[in-house]
Amino acid sequence: MNKRKIIQKALPYMVLSIIGIMFFIPLLWVIFASFDAHATLSIEWPDEFTLENYTQLLTDPEILRSFVIGVFLSLVSSLVLIFCSALAAYPLSRYHLKHKNSMILTILFMSGLPMTAIMVPVYQLFVFFNLNDSLIATMFFMAASGLPYGIWLMKNFIDSVPVSLEESAWVDGASVLVGLRKVVAPLMKPGIFTVLIFTFTNSWGNFFVPFILIQSREKLPASVSIFQFFGQHGMVFYGQLAAFSFVYTIPVIILYFVGQKYMSKGFSLGGATKG
Amino acid sequence: MGKSKSLNGNIYLKTVLFGLPSIVLLLLFVLGPIIMTFYFSFTNMSLTGAAARDTQFVGFDNFIRMFQDPSFKTSVINTIVFLIASAVIGQQIVGFLVAYLMKQKARPFRRIIGILILAGWITPEIVVAFVWFAFLSDSGTLNIMLGFINIEPIAWLLKFPLVSVIFVNIWHGAAFSMLMYQAALDDIPQEVEEASKIDGANAWQRLWRITLPIIKGSAVTNMVLVTLQTLGVFTLIYALTGGGPGEKTTTLPIFMYDQAFVNYQLGYGTAISLVLLVIGISLSLLYIRFLKTD
Repeated sequence: MNKRKIIQKALPYMVLSIIGIMFFIPLLWVIFASFDAHATLSIEWPDEFTLENYTQLLTDPEILRSFVIGVFLSLVSSLVLIFCSALAAYPLSRYHLKHKNSMILTILFMSGLPMTAIMVPVYQLFVFFNLNDSLIATMFFMAASGLPYGIWLMKNFIDSVPVSLEESAWVDGASVLVGLRKVVAPLMKPGIFTVLIFTFTNSWGNFFVPFILIQSREKLPASVSIFQFFGQHGMVFYGQLAAFSFVYTIPVIILYFVGQKYMSKGFSLGGATKG
Repeated sequence: MGKSKSLNGNIYLKTVLFGLPSIVLLLLFVLGPIIMTFYFSFTNMSLTGAAARDTQFVGFDNFIRMFQDPSFKTSVINTIVFLIASAVIGQQIVGFLVAYLMKQKARPFRRIIGILILAGWITPEIVVAFVWFAFLSDSGTLNIMLGFINIEPIAWLLKFPLVSVIFVNIWHGAAFSMLMYQAALDDIPQEVEEASKIDGANAWQRLWRITLPIIKGSAVTNMVLVTLQTLGVFTLIYALTGGGPGEKTTTLPIFMYDQAFVNYQLGYGTAISLVLLVIGISLSLLYIRFLKTD
C-alpha cells in the first residue's frame, strides 16, 4: 500500500521529466555542433572545441547586414503597430459605442485569419504598386498583419487603467490625446512592452513574408538569409549553420526572459480563454 | 465610466479618427488582398508568358482544374491529417497532460519543465526545421538513441515524412496549449476538487467528472485557435521537407506556393489560397462564436 502511494506520487514527476527531456534533446545538437570544428548531423561532444563557427559568422558582412535588416523590419513594424493599435484601442476601451461588441468581435475574427492565405494576392498587390522588393512596404505589411491581435491586447491593457486618472488630467485642461500620452501610456508600459515583445518576436521569426516580398539578396533579413545559407553551405558547414541558428535565436530567448512577467499577464488578458 | 465633459462631441467621429491609421493599414494590406483573392481566383493571371501581359477573366476554370487536379486532392488530405493529428489531437493532449501533471508540483520543478517545453515554442520556425532536420537525419540523435536498443537507423524524413512533420509541429506548438490549459486549470476553485476528494472520488474520476467538464469551453476554444494557427504553417514544412518526398507532405500552403511561385500560375495559386481563406474564415467564425458563448 505504502509502496503504491510512493509510486503514485513519483509518477507525475517521472512522466514530466521524461517529456521535458524529450523536448529538449533535439535542441542539444545546435549547441554542440556550433562549437564543433568538424560538426556533422550527429550529436557529439565537440572533439575539437572552437569558436571559429561564430567568428566566421559574425565577421561575414552579408550575414551581419541580414541581422540589421531583421532588426529594422521587426523593430519598426512593432513600433508602427504599437502606435496604431494604441490609438485604435483607446476609443474601443473608453467610449460607450453602440456596436462596440461587434467591432471587437470583428477584430478578434481578423486576428484568427491565417495570413499565409493572403500572401499570393499580397504579392500581386506589391507588384501592382511597384512595392515589390521594398523593405519599407514589407515592414508596413508586417505591422498590418499583426494589428488585429495588437488592438485586442491594447484594449485589454487600456481597460486596466482607471479612467478616473485620465479625468483628473482633463480637469487640468489636458486634451484626450495628451491624456493618452501622459497618463495612459506610462501606466500601460507593461502592456506596451508585451505587445512589443510579441510582435518583435513574430516578425523576427517570420520567414514566409520576406521570402515572398523581398527578392534582392542584399535586402534579405536574417530569417531568409539563414535559409539561403542552409541551401548553399548548410550541407557542408553544419557547425556554422548551427552557430547561425543559435545567434539568430538569441534575441528571442532574451526577449522572452526579459518580458516573461509581462507575457504571462498578456496571456491571461489576451488569451482566448477569457472572452 | 460616466460621460465626462471631455468626451462630448461626436464619439463616433473620434473613434474613426483614432482608428484611422489602423483602418488604412488593414484596408490596404489585409482586406484589400482578401477581396483580391476572390477576384483573381477567377482570372488566368500568370507570372510569365502571354497571360502575364494580358490577364483574363476565366470564370470557374481554376476551380474546375483544381477539383480535377490529383495534387490538390492529395494536399487537402495531407492538410486534414496534419491539422487533426497535430493541432486537434497532438498539441491538445501534450499541452493538457503537462499542465495537468504540473498542478501543485514544486515550483522549481514546474519552472524547469516549463522552460524545457517553452524552448521548442520560442525557437523560430526556420530553426525548428534545421534542428529537426539534424535530429531525424540518418546519423541524427534519434537514430543514435534508437541504436542503444538495437534498432537500425531509419530515414525518417523519407520513410515517415508526414508523421515526422506532425511530430515536429507538436513539439513546436505544444507550449501554447500548455499555457492555455494551465490558465484554465488555475481557474478551477480549490474547493470543488476538495469536495470531490472528500466524497471519495479517485484521481481518474475527478479528471473525467470534474476537471474536464469545467475546462471544456477553454479546450474547444483553444483547439479551434491552434487549428487556425496550424492551417497557416508554411515555413516549418517548406524548410524541412519542401513538401516532399513527392507530395507526401504537401499541405495547402505549400501547394499554393508551388503553383503561384514555382509554376508561375498566380491565378491558380490564388484559387488555392481562396480555399485556404474560406477554411480560415469558417474556423475563425467558429472561434469567435465559442468566445461569445464562453
